[in-house]
Amino acid sequence: MNAPAPEPIIEIDSISKSFGDFQVLDGLSMNVMPGEKLALIGPSGSGKTTILRILMTLESIDSGHIRIDGEELYHMPKNGGAKDGGLVPASEAHLHRMRQKIGMVFQLFNLFPHKSVIDNITLAPMLTKGASRAEAETRAMELLDMVGMADKARAMPAQLSGGQKQRIAIARALALSPKIMLFDEVTSALDPELVEEVLNVMRKLAQETDTTMLLVTHEMGFAHDFADRVLFFDAGKIVEEGAPEDIFSNPREERTQGFLKKIIAAGHRV
Amino acid sequence: MIDWSGYLGLILKGALVTVELTLMGCALALVMAFIAGLGRLSRHFALRALATAYIEFFRGTSIFVQLFWAYFVLPLFGFTLTPLQAGVLALGLNVGAYGAEVVRGAVLSIGKAQYEACVALNLTRYQRMRHIILPQAFLIMLPTFCNNAIELLKATAVVSLISLSDMTFEAQVVRAQTGSTLVPFGTILILYFLMALAISRFVRTLEKRLARGLDGVRV
Repeated sequence: MNAPAPEPIIEIDSISKSFGDFQVLDGLSMNVMPGEKLALIGPSGSGKTTILRILMTLESIDSGHIRIDGEELYHMPKNGGAKDGGLVPASEAHLHRMRQKIGMVFQLFNLFPHKSVIDNITLAPMLTKGASRAEAETRAMELLDMVGMADKARAMPAQLSGGQKQRIAIARALALSPKIMLFDEVTSALDPELVEEVLNVMRKLAQETDTTMLLVTHEMGFAHDFADRVLFFDAGKIVEEGAPEDIFSNPREERTQGFLKKIIAAGHRV
Repeated sequence: MIDWSGYLGLILKGALVTVELTLMGCALALVMAFIAGLGRLSRHFALRALATAYIEFFRGTSIFVQLFWAYFVLPLFGFTLTPLQAGVLALGLNVGAYGAEVVRGAVLSIGKAQYEACVALNLTRYQRMRHIILPQAFLIMLPTFCNNAIELLKATAVVSLISLSDMTFEAQVVRAQTGSTLVPFGTILILYFLMALAISRFVRTLEKRLARGLDGVRV
């Protein structure tokens, strides 16, 4: 018997999004397979960060559908799931349940400044998953170990460097064991010498887990090594996608070529 | 020669009433500030409207009038309050209306980034407010709360108008009985000042404690 073809973990079906008059996404469709590592690249304003924010439910969509694990994100079945009952906008409870599958790491870390490193990590598992403090702390220490920060468990965020803060933010998101991790320009706010320590953590994560990862980045060298697939965005659409070798060494589209040329001229490694 | 010790005792007794009024008024004001301040940020129109009406009414009318209402008019509707209860009610509701705007402003000043981190960590609205936003916002409220508490302390003097024997009331009694103006009014001037100083010291200490670790220096 043939194994059934794996279903995509994320299905984005012709979504559109405008901020006022500015159309950020215009009928975008894309699928992501479980365990896939995706790099989203492109100029500012091309909509790549907006996709991550929409998946995290930080922005809504104007039209279209998103399915996570086969389940609608922004809609839910009418009549308590009866077939052909149609769809209605998702309730807060539905969004709450769907968000369990997704975690996000932000460009500016967004750590809670009034909580110690370990409390930043244990807070959500204790509040949203009913973990005991002991369970949450054991898990947090494992994660801190993984990101190389076990000795800073009792530190306050203000005592840490940017790279350290971002590693904590990654551990904090992982503590909820999401199936999908979203990384929004996680090294853009860091001093150049701190970028590598964060990228190392992400490499390790990619190797050691089968978490699906979506990465918006300007680190082309990292995108090249890290991603299974690279998507080049411009003006709210996917202009070109493919294996990293193809996109970076052999871009077909003129806009991709132009973008990569500019990035290299700006001193980013490819 | 006047025997001042008895008269000073009278003023000190009044000072206790002032302290009592201030503490109870502040407690009520704090509760009202949070209820109305968070009410103004509610998703529900009715709660927002109710909170706004409360704030505008108590900021927009005089504390004298509010006190007279609490003491002289409410009994006409069947609610009779002692002078102390009427004083605490008027002071607490009045200062609470100002405090509500402090709460609202401080909550709004916590950046969008903190809200977004809470969504990404799947916290509920209540958990977000309780564990992330309010603890940070409270620190921002404190300096203005300190102002409000000192304002409340000084406003307690109005209760002497409804025959509550607070510090100002007793000073007037002493003045009437001794004919001396300088000693009773000089004494309460100093006492009010010391009480205000105690409030500001207390809040400053609280602020320092809560800010510990936030700037990366003190731990």
